[in-house]
Amino acid sequence: MSDVRDDRQYTETHEWILDNGDGTYTMGISDHAQALLGDMVYVELPVEGDEASAEDEFCVVESVKAASGVYAPADLEVVEANEALDDEPELVNSSCYDDGWLVKFKSDGIDGLMDAATYAETLD
Amino acid sequence: MKHTPLYQAHIDAGGKMVDFGGWEMPLNYGSQIEEHHQVRNDVGMFDVSHMTTIDFKGVEAKKFLQTLIANDVDKLKTQGKALYSCMLNETGGVVDDLIVYYQDDENYRMVINAGTTEKDIAWINTQAEGFDVSVEPKLDLAMIAVQGPNAREKVYEAIPGVEDVCGELKPFNSASLGGLFIARTGYTGEDGFEIMLPEKSAEFTWKMLMEVGVKPCGLGARDTLRLEAGMSLYGSEMNDEVSPLEAALTWTVDLTDEDRRFVGRDALETLKDKGANNTIVGLVLEGKGVIRDHQKVVTNNGEGKVTSGTFSPTMGKAIALASVPKGSEGLCEIEMRNKMVSAKIVKPPFVRNGKVLV
Repeated sequence: MSDVRDDRQYTETHEWILDNGDGTYTMGISDHAQALLGDMVYVELPVEGDEASAEDEFCVVESVKAASGVYAPADLEVVEANEALDDEPELVNSSCYDDGWLVKFKSDGIDGLMDAATYAETLD
Repeated sequence: MKHTPLYQAHIDAGGKMVDFGGWEMPLNYGSQIEEHHQVRNDVGMFDVSHMTTIDFKGVEAKKFLQTLIANDVDKLKTQGKALYSCMLNETGGVVDDLIVYYQDDENYRMVINAGTTEKDIAWINTQAEGFDVSVEPKLDLAMIAVQGPNAREKVYEAIPGVEDVCGELKPFNSASLGGLFIARTGYTGEDGFEIMLPEKSAEFTWKMLMEVGVKPCGLGARDTLRLEAGMSLYGSEMNDEVSPLEAALTWTVDLTDEDRRFVGRDALETLKDKGANNTIVGLVLEGKGVIRDHQKVVTNNGEGKVTSGTFSPTMGKAIALASVPKGSEGLCEIEMRNKMVSAKIVKPPFVRNGKVLV
């Protein structure tokens, strides 16, 4: 079964968002999403300072099977992208909630996210 | 969905099952990339029981196959010898690609694709009218492909008696042992065997192979392996509307014997005189990303499209087969997710017997 972490929130498109408490958020894809996509071979990331509007596709994760867009959960500005994924995209598979995070961003707030329990129910 | 006799073995091994043309088959058993490397570096096995075996028997079996397929079975002179070919429709399009194995002039075996089985059998039966030949689909046969540099050794270890019968078998030849039909063929660019066997023996044989260390591999790895090996996939590189001359499969068409009027020959000769516009080439992406099926390709000679795109685990780069205008060379551009990216045009195969060739 898919691992869902209680300390963060989720989108309908299977991204997780962790509130860092300082106006920044960390974002990645859920265990369910990485399992569905299979072996990751390339992650296209934005760079620091890039801005995205809510629902923009602002990252792409590509597995052997398919390319999948990662969508901005709110209007945001990227503060850091996980450069380790350039050489080791497989971190998204092996550690989707920790070392395989995608981006950190600033935002005024995010609406409409699901808590872990609600997200877990959508996976049933 | 249809299941092969190894369905339960796949579930037990943690296979991630997907719908593959109506068959519930394993895509992978965890990591497609690990399974890919497993075959390139050591040995892996695939359940390909969804493919269909057809036996042709009768005094006109040879004459019939010389009409049915574009390659000439007259090339087959020794028992067990295999030949790759396409069977064509009247317009020269490919009905299916296949391998035919020779027993004697009145006895041949053919292996066709899973997804095209119904269409193929109907087509073959129609073509067989008026020939003294029986067309016998062997739907009760399972098929296990054991592939990799250590494949043959592992098969000898797992199945007693095979080495005696197959130890001297050359590539593209086959032999029988009891109920087993063992061919030194494959779809990975590595050495190995494809073993046809009664479905009731399939699970036992699969387990024997696992016991000597042969790892199950899914259809995902099978596709990246065949693509690295530059091998065509029916429905991608060719189909009912694409002729072998446009799919870099001219080598599988034999026009030598003027009197052999196989189905589609007239159309091929017309196309040959006129000159085919397109061919299949290999592409290697220069930058990062993954090439996907159907992406647009722009070459020095015009536009084409990706027929099979993937990430090559062996090369660590994205590769593809693409249908492009003849004479395309050098660098080309691929339209990838609304961007144009640069790729190098190469001659497949990309990888054979563990070595990168491009």
